[in-house]
Amino acid sequence: MALDSKVPKGSIKDKWTDYKNHIDLVNPANKRHIDVIVVGTGLAGGSAAATLAELGYNVKAFAYQDSPRRAHSIAAQGGINAAKNYQGDGDSTYRLFYDTVKGGDYRSREANVYRLAEVSTNIIDQCVAQGVPFARDYGGLLDNRSFGGVLVSRTFYAKGQTGQQLLLGAYSAMNRQIARGKIEMFNRHEMLDVVIVDGKARGIIARNLITGEIERHSAHAVVVGSGGYGNVYFLSTNAMGSNATAAWKIHKKGAYFANPCYTQIHPTCIPRSGDYQSKLTLMSESLRNDGRIWVPKNMEDVMAIREGRKKPTDLSEDERDYYLERRYPAFGNLVPRDVASRAAKERCDAGYGVNATGEAVYLDFASAFERYGREQAKIHNITNPSDEKIYELGQAIVEAKYGNLFQMYEKIIDQNPYETPMMIYPAVHYTMGGVWVDYNLMTTIPGCYCIGEANFSDHGANRLGASALMQGLADGYFVLPYTIGDYLSTDIRTGKISTDSKEFEEAEKEVTERINFFVNNKGTKSVDYFHKKLGKVMWDKAGMSRNAQGLTEAMAEIKAIREEFWKDVSVPGTANEMNPELEKAGRVADFLELGELFAKDALMREESCGGHFREESAELDGPQKGEAKRNDEDFAFVAAWEYKGEPADAVLHKEELEFKDIELKQRSYK
Amino acid sequence: MNLTLKIWRQKDSKAKGQMVDYKVTDISEHMSFLEMMDVLNEQLVNSGEEPVAFDHDCREGICGMCSMYINGEAHGPDRGVTTCQLHMRMFKDGDTITIEPFRAAAFPVIKDLVVDRMAFERIQQAGGYISVNTSGNTQDANSIPISKHAADEAMDAATCIGCGACVASCKNSSAMLFVGAKVSQYALLPQGQVEAVDRVKNMVAQMDLEGFGNCTNTGACEVECPKGISLENIARMNREYLSATLKG
Repeated sequence: MALDSKVPKGSIKDKWTDYKNHIDLVNPANKRHIDVIVVGTGLAGGSAAATLAELGYNVKAFAYQDSPRRAHSIAAQGGINAAKNYQGDGDSTYRLFYDTVKGGDYRSREANVYRLAEVSTNIIDQCVAQGVPFARDYGGLLDNRSFGGVLVSRTFYAKGQTGQQLLLGAYSAMNRQIARGKIEMFNRHEMLDVVIVDGKARGIIARNLITGEIERHSAHAVVVGSGGYGNVYFLSTNAMGSNATAAWKIHKKGAYFANPCYTQIHPTCIPRSGDYQSKLTLMSESLRNDGRIWVPKNMEDVMAIREGRKKPTDLSEDERDYYLERRYPAFGNLVPRDVASRAAKERCDAGYGVNATGEAVYLDFASAFERYGREQAKIHNITNPSDEKIYELGQAIVEAKYGNLFQMYEKIIDQNPYETPMMIYPAVHYTMGGVWVDYNLMTTIPGCYCIGEANFSDHGANRLGASALMQGLADGYFVLPYTIGDYLSTDIRTGKISTDSKEFEEAEKEVTERINFFVNNKGTKSVDYFHKKLGKVMWDKAGMSRNAQGLTEAMAEIKAIREEFWKDVSVPGTANEMNPELEKAGRVADFLELGELFAKDALMREESCGGHFREESAELDGPQKGEAKRNDEDFAFVAAWEYKGEPADAVLHKEELEFKDIELKQRSYK
Repeated sequence: MNLTLKIWRQKDSKAKGQMVDYKVTDISEHMSFLEMMDVLNEQLVNSGEEPVAFDHDCREGICGMCSMYINGEAHGPDRGVTTCQLHMRMFKDGDTITIEPFRAAAFPVIKDLVVDRMAFERIQQAGGYISVNTSGNTQDANSIPISKHAADEAMDAATCIGCGACVASCKNSSAMLFVGAKVSQYALLPQGQVEAVDRVKNMVAQMDLEGFGNCTNTGACEVECPKGISLENIARMNREYLSATLKG
């Protein structure tokens, strides 16, 4: 099948408006006869479910957690971008579009990104109307902060809990529709397959996670908003339950999977401390607004710190290497995430890591305490303030901005970050790759849509900070509810979809057989054993930097782990009860396939772009020496993979990327 | 460190539960409480036993899924944290730790340490929202200035994660801190005014219907709340409720 992105004609500024004016609509009376399934209730799924229900469709929403409010969007800290230009610093729709395409290293689809920038302002209006308590300044207007990779202040925030507040906004909109009966909410349910009838997505098979019952649910369209696949690394900043199963199941039934190798490794996470570790904790990138990143200049100081003979605060300014400020004077500590992460890895690989594992750098707020302290002293008319007073005043400001992050750090590491610099190290955070979708957000299965982090669309090879929340809500509130109408307008005479068909029966049988296999296998090793093994291969060979040899080995190793898994996995308990080990087994089985496709995709892409750094493709000399080298001539395309059984046999389809409104340039932050 | 765990095991909602003793060894003080539970569960799986079911997800203290009652306290002995952020450095070698589910008539046990918090969902559905449709045509976000003080206070209330520690800690199993937080968030914002009367009446009515008890101002909820939600929110809800009933 040839890939058709269905991008409308016309100038980029008018595409979305013109398109909306001409698509087919479903009249309100007919919407009552149309059912839509939404899988996942984070920012994308939750906002889509609420909006579709407001429009009048009958929505069935599914979440594996006990409430939509617990989806992992809740953990997003820093903020959400919107081209409001409230700060008057020259922001505009075009600039947000430009920054996002550039930040994504020119591997995203222009038309989608422009639309995203266009609706970004509506999101802020909508959320404020819902009662989302964004931060405000003393005049009562909305406050903004800046984020990595951009030169304007366009990020709206609610303390360090922006994702929580936006999700609770979408959740409240859902609750209103649940109360009206327009959303039927299935908490503690997991989608285990999609059902295709006459070539169209017409329902899902789900498991009730409390009783173990397998259920059939039909609809006229299926929307998957189930998040990213970062947990393929075992250790990531994702929630423990975050999984790729819904996305992978639709892939196996015909949805192409795009750019799996594009993974974001986030620079500001709490370093790992031991083998028992179950997850990594992120601290918002917004910390880089006020924190300066450094390692010691001299190896003797590194050793002294590791052995406890020196403290970081003992080092004078010229004994410190503020390596981001040194390498990237224009953006300094606010370079994009991929650049900041690789720079940390470079220093740590060179031996300058500051903790026992050698995998940590400092994030230091001392200069922010001083800067804010002096400002506050002026505001409060304190003449000749002492150093202690300045520090105290400055700390109060930093605490107001990032208090919850500082508290979280202290609880985990048991050190007071107001007294000593934080230690940070990169961790897997977000996956830009995902299910391929066209301009309508429809996958290659008719009637099956994919939104939010689960799709591949807007971030190219690297996502800028505060853009995930923007994309999730743009898809759910302002894009999908329009585009899905165009498809559903042909379904007004279809009537209820029966679940008694042979397609439902077959899908259910497949699901049941797999579950029965797991509980009857009686192997010798736990699911986590295999998951950790997979994660280690992914981190070592498909992590922050990659090469052909490592990726070839990774493919073979993952295949071997998968074979061992199917022989020797042990899942205690039965199928007909709450069984967390059984849930994990199904998810890890899918990760074991996805991981191999990931490595295959990374091997195919012989260029460095965004979060994907191929060691073979770096600048060899000149001012950019050592920086990533993109290859636009051969790789300016989306790699969409078609499932053919074994992941190694997946077939590549290319969507060539055209850049009409932005000139392709090397991404320089120097 | 080596520990003895006394854990509530219950096969399903109908079964009768009991405390069961387990031993775990070589626990690092840097582990989180749930990582210690992972060690126990890995041990149980490897010996062919059923692991202990417990709710957890984000493991960074924000999703509100984890819900353990540890040594007689919701989320354990530390303050301002959820169970997932509780670290083993709070315990000593040789300790015996008692682990139970959150207990309340309105939170029936589903299995082991997993409880059903659907009552919270129904309270939110009764009025925990502002009735605004998604249109792209709502007014500009800056058209109504909101004082920083009110916005900050609304944010403090909105920070509730819906874990249920307040209910589990209260001798009356009262949900008034949870409901008060939501009512307060909207009561403090101009956008929440239009529906204020119905909201507080409906949410309180649903809260009573679910079988949560009343507040007798012991303040245990505030102490155990991992997000530091203040008792002021209960007072504010009571004022809102009183004024709503007077308005009819």
